[in-house]
Amino acid sequence: MDIQDIIKPENLVYQKTKLLTDTPMHYCPGCSHGVVHKILAELIDEMGLQDKSIGVAPVGCAVFAYNYIDIDWQEAAHGRAPAVATGISRVNPDAFVFTYQGDGDLASIGAAEIMHACNRGENILVIFINNGIYGMTGGQMAPTTLEGMVTATTPNGRNVELNGYPMRITNLIAQLPGTSYVTRQSVHTAGGVRKCKKAVKKAIQNVLDKKGTSFVEVVSTCNSGWKLSPVASNKWMEENMIPYYPLGDMKDSVKGEHSEN
Amino acid sequence: MGEIKLMKGNEVLAEAAIRCGCDGYFGYPITPQSEVMETLMAREPWKETGMVVLQAESEVASINMVYGAAATGKKIMTSSSSPGISLMAEGISYLAGAELPCLLVNVQRGGPGLGTIQPSQADYFQAVKGGGHGDYKLIVLAPSSVQEMNDFVDLGFELAFKYRNPAMILADGAIGQMMEKVELADYKPRWTKEEVVEKNGGWATTGKPSSRKKNVITSLEMASNDMEVRNINLQAKYRKMEEEDVRYEAIQCDDAEFILVAFGTAARVCQKAVEVARAKGLKVGLLRPITLFPFPKTIIKELARKAVGFLSVEMSAGQMVEDIKLAVYDAGSNARVNYFGRMGGIIPTPTEVVEALEDKFSWELSYGVKRSY
Amino acid sequence: MAKVIGAVVVDKEACKGCSVCVEACPHDVLALHLEVNSKGYHYSYMQNPEACVGCANCGVVCPDTCITVYRAKAS
Repeated sequence: MDIQDIIKPENLVYQKTKLLTDTPMHYCPGCSHGVVHKILAELIDEMGLQDKSIGVAPVGCAVFAYNYIDIDWQEAAHGRAPAVATGISRVNPDAFVFTYQGDGDLASIGAAEIMHACNRGENILVIFINNGIYGMTGGQMAPTTLEGMVTATTPNGRNVELNGYPMRITNLIAQLPGTSYVTRQSVHTAGGVRKCKKAVKKAIQNVLDKKGTSFVEVVSTCNSGWKLSPVASNKWMEENMIPYYPLGDMKDSVKGEHSEN
Repeated sequence: MGEIKLMKGNEVLAEAAIRCGCDGYFGYPITPQSEVMETLMAREPWKETGMVVLQAESEVASINMVYGAAATGKKIMTSSSSPGISLMAEGISYLAGAELPCLLVNVQRGGPGLGTIQPSQADYFQAVKGGGHGDYKLIVLAPSSVQEMNDFVDLGFELAFKYRNPAMILADGAIGQMMEKVELADYKPRWTKEEVVEKNGGWATTGKPSSRKKNVITSLEMASNDMEVRNINLQAKYRKMEEEDVRYEAIQCDDAEFILVAFGTAARVCQKAVEVARAKGLKVGLLRPITLFPFPKTIIKELARKAVGFLSVEMSAGQMVEDIKLAVYDAGSNARVNYFGRMGGIIPTPTEVVEALEDKFSWELSYGVKRSY
Repeated sequence: MAKVIGAVVVDKEACKGCSVCVEACPHDVLALHLEVNSKGYHYSYMQNPEACVGCANCGVVCPDTCITVYRAKAS
């Protein structure tokens, strides 16, 4: 059987979703952002939410997220996406509102905004990309940088006496009664991507059902910042990031109920 | 004739917001403007008009809530006082950069720092020159009565949407706290979803139907050429405001040799000062800028052709006086421009103002100098 | 026995040569080409097309969504 006989519309099993624009992503080769964007775009399409969706882009590498998914977007100031999303969602209760934030944006400069949005139980989805480093500004320490990890501002490795400890902010988020579904995922393997997509789908459904804030952390790589090849980054992440940031659901509940695992 | 009531300035802001069809208020408590949100929460407008009211965790959050909500094309407002406005400066710059219409209120208190909770006008520069980073302007309205606290809410929204620009009501603690008779506006219904799309669907994030391209609210342009174009367009918009929307009140300026220039609470004091001065035989008038940006330059230039001197009366160390000097300089006039003011939350008295006028223009008064080119 | 056979089409101009798909392929179908695309990336291609079963793992992990996957029953 010739390859050309297989490449026919009736045999199609996987293709780019139409909600991803044709703009080439500015991300470095192998960056997890592209995969998470794809998951969001696929789900917004599959769940028929294009005309209800309003995304909030962060400051960080994903600042241009609005160029890649064909929905209405707002670009927020650094760390303020949860407040921006609160504003949108409160005056447009029928919209599907989500923020897409990195570790510096969410866990450092925007720690207050994320805590309070989650505590109020805003009906929004939060996508949290945790790669333990500031990618866009050139690889500086993030609140989630691991102990001993080398970054541009911790050239001899993160020293916890000087810099404090890597923050498991998702665990804190799970404590807040306003959140409904809190989970930590990864997208470095095909299985991981499929699981993550399932988690994001559930999170979106919770938002549509007005169950409170849904929060999906994606443990990710930054091969430029980590100074490793994409494949080596995935391996490093498995060996170092995931033991400190273990994958799995932390909470599956409804706003106001306490049922942390 | 609308409903007439005796109300506090801050309460009137809340009432006017509900009545003008405001869709959402996001705020954080700070003296001397806390009654705005307190009134709203007690009135529960979400039951009446559907207006959303939310107490945020900080001014930083409230201004960003304003950003998110305003970007969906609705009428959104916040209020705060000086230190809170400083915290909002980042968000205000983003609002201006992304060209989002919204209404901000600053019920000023004395600074710098934690300062005092007493009234002040020391945020003039912050309000009219931008206040945050980058080249931008707010439309700044300066009420000098409780009635104007009512009127400027609707006017502020009207101008904000006309220009797709944040508008600010720059009040002070005295106007916010005082009680006066006010004729309240009649109720206007909130815009329906269809009206929002019709009016603002060209830019607002209302949810992308297949019939249009995605709308993106951002202030970011990585290419310098594109960013310069954005800036040029913003500046053109600000020039248009200067051409079309300058507002002021001129009181007894026609024959005046000396012009007091004052806004807000200071203008109320100066209105009395004009009477005191006139009783002494001094030909004094009052120019009260209502829009601080766009600043009433043209009328100052006209007055500068016949006036001997200007006295800027401010509850600050002298900020607006610089704009008056620029306008007088532009007019090619040699009228002298002086400043008198009190700081730290003190309101000057009419007598002080007249004494300052006599003191600062003693030479002109003794020798009877007239304007000459 | 109905054998499944797949095919992978890589948009070689969109590919950044990260090789995450190469790693994700359970049957060693994909490899980076010796040639580069116009951006200078060694793009991914089917080195062993006969081994492909169309599982789409490559497409799923691709951050730049430049992979389309087809699958048919072998005749």
